[in-house]
Amino acid sequence: MPMNERPLSPHLQIYKLELPMVLSGLHRITGIALSVGSILLVAWISSAVHSADAFASMNGFLGGFIGQFVLFGWTFSLIYHSVSGVRHLIWDTGRLLEVEQIYSSSKIVLAIAIVLTLLAWILGGGYPGGGA
Amino acid sequence: MKYRTPLSIARGLGSSKDGLGHWWMQRLTSIALVPLVLWFVVSIIALAGQDRGHVLTWLHSPFHGVVLSIFLITSLYHANLGLQAIFEDYIQARWLQLSSRIAAGFAAVFLGFAGVFALLRLAFGG
Repeated sequence: MPMNERPLSPHLQIYKLELPMVLSGLHRITGIALSVGSILLVAWISSAVHSADAFASMNGFLGGFIGQFVLFGWTFSLIYHSVSGVRHLIWDTGRLLEVEQIYSSSKIVLAIAIVLTLLAWILGGGYPGGGA
Repeated sequence: MKYRTPLSIARGLGSSKDGLGHWWMQRLTSIALVPLVLWFVVSIIALAGQDRGHVLTWLHSPFHGVVLSIFLITSLYHANLGLQAIFEDYIQARWLQLSSRIAAGFAAVFLGFAGVFALLRLAFGG
């Protein structure tokens, strides 16, 4: 069998989707999103330093429909990846590795991430428009 | 007194390539990013809705300027390690895997220098 026909892990076609598995995938997906999102952060800093016009057009983009969608996804990605990352650090110490603990901590991680994302978005009032 | 030969000590410890360094740096940057992300999220919430003057004052502050530089470099380093693992897992063609890793590395270096350059330019008034 040639190399490129070998099955790739995770075997999505074989296993039933379980929350810990979905969250594991989400950790990677949000990691990729944050990597791409770092372009946005550097562009934001550079535009602020560069000129009032550049900053205004950056904020115009961020305040628009696509910008707000991207920014919300970015907020969730940052918070989810961080909370999930803390669970990874706890796992690295050998704790919370029993199967039932993995299921219960999955629910906790997801709940904390959603609550903190909404909280950040409410407190920030949806950058750049208004709010706290 | 050591009676074991260097070979017997090394046996079973893995491939002796750079895997441990990758693993360790990913953890080290993760630990550093916990307080950095907290600081970043709180700062961005405070900056939301503020005008350019406020943003520049914040960026100009020595503390926030330095911490933001550290946050940028640490997160880009961490992102590069993570992307490398993802490329290695999902891209089988060796040439594509290697070019993706190189491209991601170049992009991370560019973004890091661009971000820090903007902060320095502001700090030293260019």
